[in-house]
Amino acid sequence: MDWGFWLPQIMLFSSLIPALVIFLLRDEQFWLRTSLNLGGSAVKLVLAGIMAWGVLAEGRTYEASLPFLHNQELVLRVEPLSLMLVGLSSVLWFITTIYAIGYLENSPNRTRFFGFFSLCVTATIGIAMAGNLITFLIFYEMLSVVTYPLVVHRGTPAALAAGRTYLLYTLGGGVLLLLGVIWLQVLAGPVSFESGGAIDFLVDDHRTELIVIFGLLIAGLGVKAAIVPLHRWLPEAMIAPAPVSALLHAVAVVKAGAYGIVRVVYDVYGLELSDQLNVLLPLALFASFTIIYGSVRALGEFDLKRRLAYSTVSQVSYIALGTALIGPAATVGATVHLIHQGIMKITLFFCAGVFAEARNIHDIREMSGVGRSMPLTMSAFTLGAFGMIGVPPLAGFVSKWYLGLGSLESNAPWVIVILVASSVMNAAYFLPIVYKGWFGEPHEEIEVVEAERFQVAEAPWSLLGPALATAGISLLAGLLAAWAYSPLSLAEIVANQRMISP
Amino acid sequence: MSEFLIYGLAAAALFAICLHGIITRTHILRKILALNMMGSAVFLLLITIAERNQVDGVADPVPHAMVLTGIVVAVSATAFALALARRYHAQTGHTELHDEDGST
Amino acid sequence: MSLVGIWVILIPLICGLAAFAVGGRSSRVIGLIGAGLTFLLSGLLVLHVWQSGVWIYQLGGWDVPLGISLRADGLSAFLIGMTGAVGLGISLYAVRYFEALTPGPSQDPSAALRTGSGRGEESGAGDSPEAERGGTEVWLPGASYWPLWMLLWASLNVLFLSNDIFNLYVGLELLTLASVALIILQREQAAIVAGLRYLLAAFLGSMAYLLGVALIYADAGVLDLGLLADAELTGTATQVAGGLMAVGLLLKAALFPLHFWLPAAHSSAPAPVSAALSALVVKGAFYLLIRLWFEVFESAGTVSVEQMIGGLGAVAIVVGSFQAIRQERLKLMIAYSTVAQVGYLFIMIPLAGSFGDPEASWRFEAWTGGLYHALSHGFAKASMFLAAGVLLSALGHDRVWHLAGSASRFPVIYLSFGIAGMSLMGLPPSAGFVGKWLMLRSAVESGQWWWVVILLVGGLLTAGYVAIVLSQALQHDVDEHTEPHPVPKLMTVMVFALAAMSLLLGLRAAEPLELLEIGAPFQTLMSVVED
Repeated sequence: MDWGFWLPQIMLFSSLIPALVIFLLRDEQFWLRTSLNLGGSAVKLVLAGIMAWGVLAEGRTYEASLPFLHNQELVLRVEPLSLMLVGLSSVLWFITTIYAIGYLENSPNRTRFFGFFSLCVTATIGIAMAGNLITFLIFYEMLSVVTYPLVVHRGTPAALAAGRTYLLYTLGGGVLLLLGVIWLQVLAGPVSFESGGAIDFLVDDHRTELIVIFGLLIAGLGVKAAIVPLHRWLPEAMIAPAPVSALLHAVAVVKAGAYGIVRVVYDVYGLELSDQLNVLLPLALFASFTIIYGSVRALGEFDLKRRLAYSTVSQVSYIALGTALIGPAATVGATVHLIHQGIMKITLFFCAGVFAEARNIHDIREMSGVGRSMPLTMSAFTLGAFGMIGVPPLAGFVSKWYLGLGSLESNAPWVIVILVASSVMNAAYFLPIVYKGWFGEPHEEIEVVEAERFQVAEAPWSLLGPALATAGISLLAGLLAAWAYSPLSLAEIVANQRMISP
Repeated sequence: MSEFLIYGLAAAALFAICLHGIITRTHILRKILALNMMGSAVFLLLITIAERNQVDGVADPVPHAMVLTGIVVAVSATAFALALARRYHAQTGHTELHDEDGST
Repeated sequence: MSLVGIWVILIPLICGLAAFAVGGRSSRVIGLIGAGLTFLLSGLLVLHVWQSGVWIYQLGGWDVPLGISLRADGLSAFLIGMTGAVGLGISLYAVRYFEALTPGPSQDPSAALRTGSGRGEESGAGDSPEAERGGTEVWLPGASYWPLWMLLWASLNVLFLSNDIFNLYVGLELLTLASVALIILQREQAAIVAGLRYLLAAFLGSMAYLLGVALIYADAGVLDLGLLADAELTGTATQVAGGLMAVGLLLKAALFPLHFWLPAAHSSAPAPVSAALSALVVKGAFYLLIRLWFEVFESAGTVSVEQMIGGLGAVAIVVGSFQAIRQERLKLMIAYSTVAQVGYLFIMIPLAGSFGDPEASWRFEAWTGGLYHALSHGFAKASMFLAAGVLLSALGHDRVWHLAGSASRFPVIYLSFGIAGMSLMGLPPSAGFVGKWLMLRSAVESGQWWWVVILLVGGLLTAGYVAIVLSQALQHDVDEHTEPHPVPKLMTVMVFALAAMSLLLGLRAAEPLELLEIGAPFQTLMSVVED
């Protein structure tokens, strides 16, 4: 059996099949659904581990091509860069599944929720493993569609309105991306992802077209990556249940956009060609503006989830910014932030969900003193927040360090100003929460409600466990950054593959 | 040749008159009649073609076959339309097509 | 094996007659047998063409030009295969659908007739004048459905297999008669009005086509498509003929502004009929137009005419979609969606036409793309109409604004509706995406940017009306003043099966596309695409 061919497909099916089976179940079939969910995600985790071993230790590449159109194949490939998103989604899907089971187990329409949840992961894994542009496009659009039912899951008018905004933005972005892909394919033939890009031969005859196509592709991807001015759907989508917000922000949707930008710049155009076309500076400027804008808006929000959402707007653009800088350190910073931002942000969203479930806290002004009765949740939140600010030795520090190095390397010192300003603002919107959470005066009436609702110390373990787990991972990712299998090492491999030979 | 031209023109004129009828008349029966006549116009043309395409003094049989088949089709279609119109009339008492909200 | 093309016409015809002769409720058994056999034979025909290329049969052993031939190339097989699969799905659905309508001893007749006219309340056997007058005869829509549906299926296959422009006329007329009879199956006033309008419009279209046939015969002296394609058709008579045939067929294919008859006709029919009309019957006229346009009149089309037809298609997309968004009744919305989707099909004409380099490979790409779109629309639209039928049977109405919260009661129905909607939007992974992808490629390659814009905007407009339905259904607050009626499971299964097909055909498009290449026009261009 040719494992290189089958593993990527089994990887897809490990969440696709549970999704399809779950759709056939009734809401009450708790155990069957839960074992399908956990089984699927465990299989995926194991497969991701096997492939990580193969890629990192043995230097293998897993690839499967399936016929699609005349001269067009669907390609699934696992190499270091795809491994990053594959690993991230596998690990976080497993953890989020546990969280979601605890979070939603008594609400209506669970079957629908978990079915689309698994489809969403399938699409994300597909995006991660896409080996050419059309495969990427297919899974990217699939992701837009399957997340819609999750966004509107609560079915309230507000949720439906958010769903409309979400569809409008993502489908509109999809149209731009589709146009860009088709145009590029017409010029270049089937475009597969190759380190350094493979379309340099077009630059002499089609320079302007290449620039326009780059703009279309980035605009289409920028919608999901929430680059200003295409970010508006993201705070709206906060209406969704907490596991969805966590998934949307940390793994699936925004990462799909950011990952796409990384792919387009590094593996479709290649840094050299992008530099030659002068398209990187505009991208860097948009990303920088988004970083600042997101932070400023986050300062003005008092709803916890909305503040986190604007923080995401800001943080995801670090990836785009790093991608737009030329230099190995910037590449390392950008790609490692794909993972680091994911684990840190999901921690924060898990905690927000715990606060909402256990204490009905949605506004940060209600969080005063919450750390006294919920020390574990608050600890996890603090770790996530410190990571976001970039406090050493947490994961966020590693990202920012490499981005800073990269900006010096590529002679763009102004980027440091952006990074510092952003970190200051991160601190400004996270530290007050952390401070008040630990040291503020608690609201007493909340304590009573809590004691009646739960017999446990602070929250059900199915909610608390995942939050602590991801907080732990984000701590380890920073502490063990030098380990050969850390996200950082992986990012260095990715960067080495994509270096411009001077 | 001019003889065929006259027949041909007559067929065309008949077709045009029927088209006019279908578009301007509102009475269902008139519309159906106009359509039926339209078929006759085409049959007239086909017979003319058959005469024109004579081989050794024998008229071309293919158009004749077409006319025969065409008549069968036209008869059944007309009969069906008439039956429908009758049912419509029986149900509503109208002789012109109205939607339920009264618009035509 | 070589007779399989004959049987694919004869079997539904025979079964239709048998079902008529038997009558009553047992006609559905014969109908089902007919549907199953026709499906199998359609599959065999596809296989035959796939393996041994173009299939030709001389009726009675007479050679053309004297005899009449049947011919199946890749395009015919492609559409016959689609008709077979969609037809089987519709048939299985119809068994249960009409059972629920049949007033039987064990059932409550007043709860039975639920039709697409939105007047579900005033229904039942009382709608039928015979029943009122005679009191003894009970009108069974199901008993009349099977013979007519088999006739419709047979005439579609006649249309796809005939290789003779007069035979095609007969096929078109049979198709019209069967369709109209099916529309008025429930003898409701709205359906009769719609049916009469449809009959008059389609009849007019047939007459225009027949006049065209006569003129072509006058010019060329042959009727066989193959001979006509070889003949040098350049005379004025031929041009007039081409115009007449095109207008007649456009009327039957309901291209804007000749679509006026379609929404009422398609929405007031019973659900299995609506599905067949939108998914299959419209494709019949479209198929014939494509055949004639690209194989017989290939040299006659000028860029301006092609662009104009494409322009009408573009207007159809925009107007049809906006009308669909405005509709308050689900079946009308889906019918207007058909108007818009027909517009997509006709964008193929300028793309595959004579714009730019006549030897360019984009012409073939557009041709396959348009046909693939027709295929995806066939499955997706059938699924949508059948889904609307399930909702109508269960809720007694199909008012979009009263579907609130019904997604939790009919999850599979809405899932299917969503999948079908994806296919109509052209979102991957779906068959609609493949069609759209090929057409878009062709438009970009040939530099006809205006069609790119229309194709993309059309997808977003489609998303508009699909999202209206889904967001209503996903609402939390349930519209409580209707207690849903139980709906047979088989109906739901068929709705899902058809939607799933529209998805699967998008995942594995290589083989169907290869089938289309067999005997296709643009033979010289295909080698370019293959590279």
